[in-house]
Amino acid sequence: MIKAILIFNNHGKPRLIRFYQYFAEDMQQQIIRETFHLVSKRDDNVCNFLEGGSLIGGSDYKLIYRHYATLYFVFCVDSSESELGILDLIQVSTIYIFMTVFVETLDKCFENVCELDLIFHMDKVHYILQEVVMGGMVLETNMNEIVAQVELQNRMEKSEGGLSAAPARAVSAVKNMNLPEIPRNINIGDINIKVPNLSPF
Amino acid sequence: MPAVSKGDGMRGLAVFISDIRNCKSKEAEIKRINKELANIRSKFKGDKALDGYSKKKYVCKLLFIFLLGHDIDFGHMEAVNLLSSNKYTEKQIGYLFISVLVNSNSELIRLINNAIKNDLASRNPTFMNLALHCIANVGSREMAEAFAADVPRILVAGDTMDSVKQSAALCLLRLNRTSPDLVPMGEWTSRVVHLLNDQHLGVVTAATSLITTLAQKNPDDFKTSVSLAVARLSRIVTSVSIDLQDYTYYFVPAPWLSVKLLRLLQCYPPPEDAAIRSRLTECLEAILNKAQEPPKSKKVQHSNAKNAVLFEAISLIIHHDSEPTLLVRACNQLGQFLQHRETNLRYLALESMCMLASSEFSHEAVKTHMETVISALKTERDVSVRQRAVDLLYAMCDRSNAQQIVAEMLNYLETADYSIREEIVLKVAILAEKYAVDYSWYVDTILNLIRIAGDYVSEEVWYRVIQIVINRDDVQGYAAKTVFEALQAPACHENLLKVGGYILGEFGNLIAGDPRSSPLVQFNLLHSKFHLCSVPTRALLLSTYIKFINLFPEIKGTIQEVLRSDSQIRNSDVELQQRAVEYLRLSCVASTDILATVLEEMPPFPERESSILAKLKKKKGPGALPDVEEVRKEKNTSVNGGVEPLGASATPPSSTDLLSLSSPTSLTPASTSSTAASLLVDVFSENHVPAAPGAPLGPVADDNFSRWASSVVSLCNVRKPLGGNCESPPAHKLSPRRFVCKNNGVLFENQLLQIGLKSEFRQNLGRMYVFYGNKTSTQFLNFSPSVICQDALKTHILLQRGTALCVRGAQLQQVLNIECVSEFVEAPILNIQFRYGGMLQNIAVKLPITLNKFFQPTEMTSQDFFQRWKQLSAPQQEVQKIFKAKHSMDPEVTKAKIIGFGVALLDRVDPNPSNFVGAGVIHTKMTQVGCLLRLEPNTQAQMYRLTLRTSRDTVSQRLCELLSDQF
Repeated sequence: MIKAILIFNNHGKPRLIRFYQYFAEDMQQQIIRETFHLVSKRDDNVCNFLEGGSLIGGSDYKLIYRHYATLYFVFCVDSSESELGILDLIQVSTIYIFMTVFVETLDKCFENVCELDLIFHMDKVHYILQEVVMGGMVLETNMNEIVAQVELQNRMEKSEGGLSAAPARAVSAVKNMNLPEIPRNINIGDINIKVPNLSPF
Repeated sequence: MPAVSKGDGMRGLAVFISDIRNCKSKEAEIKRINKELANIRSKFKGDKALDGYSKKKYVCKLLFIFLLGHDIDFGHMEAVNLLSSNKYTEKQIGYLFISVLVNSNSELIRLINNAIKNDLASRNPTFMNLALHCIANVGSREMAEAFAADVPRILVAGDTMDSVKQSAALCLLRLNRTSPDLVPMGEWTSRVVHLLNDQHLGVVTAATSLITTLAQKNPDDFKTSVSLAVARLSRIVTSVSIDLQDYTYYFVPAPWLSVKLLRLLQCYPPPEDAAIRSRLTECLEAILNKAQEPPKSKKVQHSNAKNAVLFEAISLIIHHDSEPTLLVRACNQLGQFLQHRETNLRYLALESMCMLASSEFSHEAVKTHMETVISALKTERDVSVRQRAVDLLYAMCDRSNAQQIVAEMLNYLETADYSIREEIVLKVAILAEKYAVDYSWYVDTILNLIRIAGDYVSEEVWYRVIQIVINRDDVQGYAAKTVFEALQAPACHENLLKVGGYILGEFGNLIAGDPRSSPLVQFNLLHSKFHLCSVPTRALLLSTYIKFINLFPEIKGTIQEVLRSDSQIRNSDVELQQRAVEYLRLSCVASTDILATVLEEMPPFPERESSILAKLKKKKGPGALPDVEEVRKEKNTSVNGGVEPLGASATPPSSTDLLSLSSPTSLTPASTSSTAASLLVDVFSENHVPAAPGAPLGPVADDNFSRWASSVVSLCNVRKPLGGNCESPPAHKLSPRRFVCKNNGVLFENQLLQIGLKSEFRQNLGRMYVFYGNKTSTQFLNFSPSVICQDALKTHILLQRGTALCVRGAQLQQVLNIECVSEFVEAPILNIQFRYGGMLQNIAVKLPITLNKFFQPTEMTSQDFFQRWKQLSAPQQEVQKIFKAKHSMDPEVTKAKIIGFGVALLDRVDPNPSNFVGAGVIHTKMTQVGCLLRLEPNTQAQMYRLTLRTSRDTVSQRLCELLSDQF
């Protein structure tokens, strides 16, 4: 079973954390740090599996990870799927493929996914992950199916947003109208969020 | 078009995230976050009701703050409110927050459960999916209680949408894993199997995962899934890649499903139906064939997917372990991967080969790849892979290649990563011992091991080497010579000094003839290193010195001088001081004869499981060793045994207590005599076993003998009464309950006599070999054993040779034939009379013949078992006992004990895998009594519950008493 899915960048800053087994919050942070420490010191051309994490489950769990550009994708898996109680290597290899599926899906959904997409659309990443992994188990592996589900979600969001969110947005826009400290133009690295100029009533 | 619309997020959220990213310092970030938290808190607490959009936005901000590593202690209520919204996006974020942040102990669970219940009943597939996801992600017991009935219903309902079915299957799987007791089997189980035929491959995949888990617990209920799975697999394997459209992943048809189906098949033995079996073999062959075909795509994803299926197929082949051709083909395939440029493949190939190495069909085939594996050890850049290579070398090692493999491992050890050195040391030590043909090679190897990686050589390793040297006469001289030479090195590891001190103290005389290693040279060599050592080593060296006094009277003066020096006799360490004082005194008062007796050469060690092996097992955790089977074999092939289990050679002699001095502090002069007496018992008594750390599987008392030397003193005290010969020595009866689960061992021991037993039982008959060992140096006169027993048992003494036992070490063997006429409680009594030193000695011991010895194990299926269990449901037929564990609750030990008890241990009968279930029939001459038993350990409470059902109440009662005493 997948115990946790962690995505962090080259500096160890978490970009997505999802635990499928309960850990207290400070423990979660410790696990992230330990995992980053283990993974980040490895060369890029060594194998993608490693043991040695001490915080989740002890000896029978492995880290399966990939490094894409600025991000590490790490799945922490244990042996509960195997009746022998020994971590199954085959599981390792299939999870590895599956991880590729997940990344490919993100790529497709975001059109060339980059770290910023993960930051600003954390909720969306979670939703995509939800279509793929459920309670630590792999739900769907067919990328087209996943993308179709995500698109369906978007359509629903749009239809809801169109009907109900607009008035709410208008109200908050009016409230914020005279506050000078709200920036008109926010520069954050390579993306630009334009705040529309609001004409006064 | 991207599936995620980047534009219409929540603006406030984006602003907040940008702010955080623009923060120049950690402090600024924390300040910004605190400001935001205060803002959100006031918004949530405010009088005005928030609209859904704002709630969603704030909850999302909280999630982001949580991601940054800050604790979130509010907002849960708002998230729960979002669940009951009828807007998808609000519901969605509510569920997300809950599954990320609400732990399974939360009190909110009841509110959440309500919302989930509504969504499950809503018949809106998206809402149902969200609810099922939440159940699976949280997976708490409360949720399992609330939904264990609903989820299966949704899963098998005819009108459920495919995507919901898929979620429901996994959700049920999760509940089954977290709280198996709450998910009852029902009529839905048979319908679940038919999901394997579903049109939608996603549903089939999820259902296969579910069935695999359920089948592991109740194989019989899901037997029909085998033929369905084989049929499905065969359709996938033979399909053209376009048949499965979306589920084809880089030209590999449905790799994920194939893997799952292959895994499901591993829950069962090879199919019995010939047609299904041949179809499965065809599938496996087809998968192996495909591996040889040129790749359909250059993409790494293609080969990954193909190999995943291949590896799982190989795993199934190994599991079935019945088709030699397939096994060898699998091995050759893996051999190719060993040289593949993809690191992952090399890693996986090494790991799979480890398993192949333990199959008799493919062991030879694996061995052909030895050179490649060795070169992997040398050239592989990744420590994960090198570790696998070490494992594989260990697994493929046998007598033919042991020397080479051990040499390579030693070689590697010099440069090995620190993290795996200790494990390699243990492995080398085990292999060297197991496959040693030539003991000088063994000694060389271990000394090398200490030289190369002394710091990683654990106590067990050097204990073991000493055990072996002591048990093998032929290697002692060589060992003494080699350690003497090794000690010449200017810097040698302390472990080497320990081995050296011990061996020279025992066998230094064997090399003393050579003037280059004369007694004085030996002594000076050891003493030159004395001051650099730790206290335990110095204590050991002091004992070596006193042994030298016995071996080499000519240097007695020199040694006494050393002992007398202030640095010894007034040493600040109590242990050292005491040894110096006592040894000095001993050397002054005792006559040469007494010295010779007290400081006699160490007796051979009784055969036990190698302490190193136990250590390696502990390190790796149970089951993690690839060759658990071999461990059992090892007992027979192990070389250490100068001593047969019992009786065949000199009996474990009087000075066994040399081994057992457990703590130096117990050795204050006043207490020596009393402790020494009880120590003798400690060595063998079962009670001692669980107390010994690091001995999960058997008695390993070796750690005791680092105290080897201090015991010499106490031995003197024990021997004193013997010198007078006037009082009857204290006898040490070893508890008869040790024999309930085993048939061989030492029954009785005192200072004169040791009685050993070996017995075998078949149906209602038994034969017992009794060995009497004389431990003194004089004869016993009128030695006459007799047996008293009740009517229920008949015993007959077959053979009795000689009535006198002569010198020490000689022994008498007696055979008893036993017949069980009817059930019994009282064990027969063995009465022994003899004259020793003019005194008539009388010894009476209970023979360990208990009712359970007449068990015949009975194998039965789960169905049979429960049927019979129900038949024996009359109240007097069942006896139950709940009791506290007296020993460690290691399941392997428990298993061994239950098997030793005589019943068949039935696997996979009890739904709870940690319970033990057994069945057997007790044979007596009059009747046969069937018996079923069940043992439920509760590791948390350290308690057991034992239930026995037999057709006779007295038998149930007696067996329950016997067995419950064992844990």
